[in-house]
Amino acid sequence: MGFDLVPILLRGLDVTVRLTLTSAALAFAIAIVAGLGRLSPFAPIRFLAGAYVEVFRGTSVLVQMFWFFFALPLFGITLTPFVAGVAALALNIGAYGAEIVRGAIRSVPTGQIEASIALNMTPALRMRRVVLPQAFVLMLPPFGNLLIELLKATALVSLITIPDVTFQGVALQQTTGRTTEIFLWLLVLYFALAYPMTLAVRWVERRASAYRKA
Amino acid sequence: MFDFITFRWDGEFALSILPQLLRAAVITLQATVVGFALAVVIGLAFALLRRGPRPISWPAGFVVEFLRSTPLLVQLYVLYFLLPAYGIRFDAFTTGVIGLGLHYGAYLSEVYRAGIASVDEGQWEAATALNFGRLHIWRTIVLPQAVPPMVPAFGNYFIVMFKETPLLSAITVTELMQTAKIIGSRSFNYVEPYTLVGAIFFLMSYPAALLVNRLEARLARNR
Repeated sequence: MGFDLVPILLRGLDVTVRLTLTSAALAFAIAIVAGLGRLSPFAPIRFLAGAYVEVFRGTSVLVQMFWFFFALPLFGITLTPFVAGVAALALNIGAYGAEIVRGAIRSVPTGQIEASIALNMTPALRMRRVVLPQAFVLMLPPFGNLLIELLKATALVSLITIPDVTFQGVALQQTTGRTTEIFLWLLVLYFALAYPMTLAVRWVERRASAYRKA
Repeated sequence: MFDFITFRWDGEFALSILPQLLRAAVITLQATVVGFALAVVIGLAFALLRRGPRPISWPAGFVVEFLRSTPLLVQLYVLYFLLPAYGIRFDAFTTGVIGLGLHYGAYLSEVYRAGIASVDEGQWEAATALNFGRLHIWRTIVLPQAVPPMVPAFGNYFIVMFKETPLLSAITVTELMQTAKIIGSRSFNYVEPYTLVGAIFFLMSYPAALLVNRLEARLARNR
């Protein structure tokens, strides 16, 4: 069953998890900023946020990662593999997240916004106390799905030499040649991480829709 | 030589590698189209199997969840390294296309499922009451109503898949990304090839995304 391989793979899995969490936190912040930016009353900010979202959604995450890793040094900026990997993942997932933020904010009923204007709330207070709390509930399930996409996308960092679980798997395959066991373990480990997340997202979705029906 | 403080874009070099990259873009497109065609068939098969009796639907459901929960890159490695170990030999392109087809087939099966579920129960009942055969119901009642709402989702997955084809470079398919890598390692100029690859992807996927959006808006208006 190849249990002797597991400790090495687990070391890689640790990198995968840390990478996922770091990029997720960063992507979340980027998504909020860019999502709000796309709804800004100022056209230049709208344009900048829109350009960011379309460029990062319009190109491939692997291309972005290679660009950060191989092309940026020629601009005089050298990133460590970890930073390049996190930057590419966070910016890519952040662009998708920005669209979730935008959609959720826009789906808050206009009556809520009109009421808070009638109550003389400042735009910032309205956003913080009325719009975001309602929008946030709508964001949760799609954000959960995005987190699963992010976890799977971290496998790409193995191609820029970050020793994540995929990297360890390929390295082991090359040194030991125990192809079947190694790749089955890899699949199982990813599944063990991602599937509980899928179930959690479904649970939240059910809860959210039950709340809306009530 | 490189100027490390202010970078200069070598336009002449970029122009000289453009034809090679565009030829590779054709491979990328071929992989996308063939992979998607496979995914459409595999997705329908998964969706129908999941509607079957329990001993069929449960394993089919598990396979779909498994394919969706593991990275495409690892799945490609499995196909690339594992199949030959069992005497099944495909070239890299075929292996890559099968990988894409399976991975996105799992995603598309959910689209099929939602589309089929969106057909009103009454349509089934009415068709049964009219004594239509099962095949007849599927062909003339259910699928014609189920498929149009699926089209935008299919379009979106087509674009997503197009943007995932660079992963095939990891199993040596000489599509866009692999070609850029080869140019880069030969000339030690990475900026131009990688930037051009990014631009080519954007120029193809962005208009396609706008097209899908318009289609979606039109369908929403018709309903």
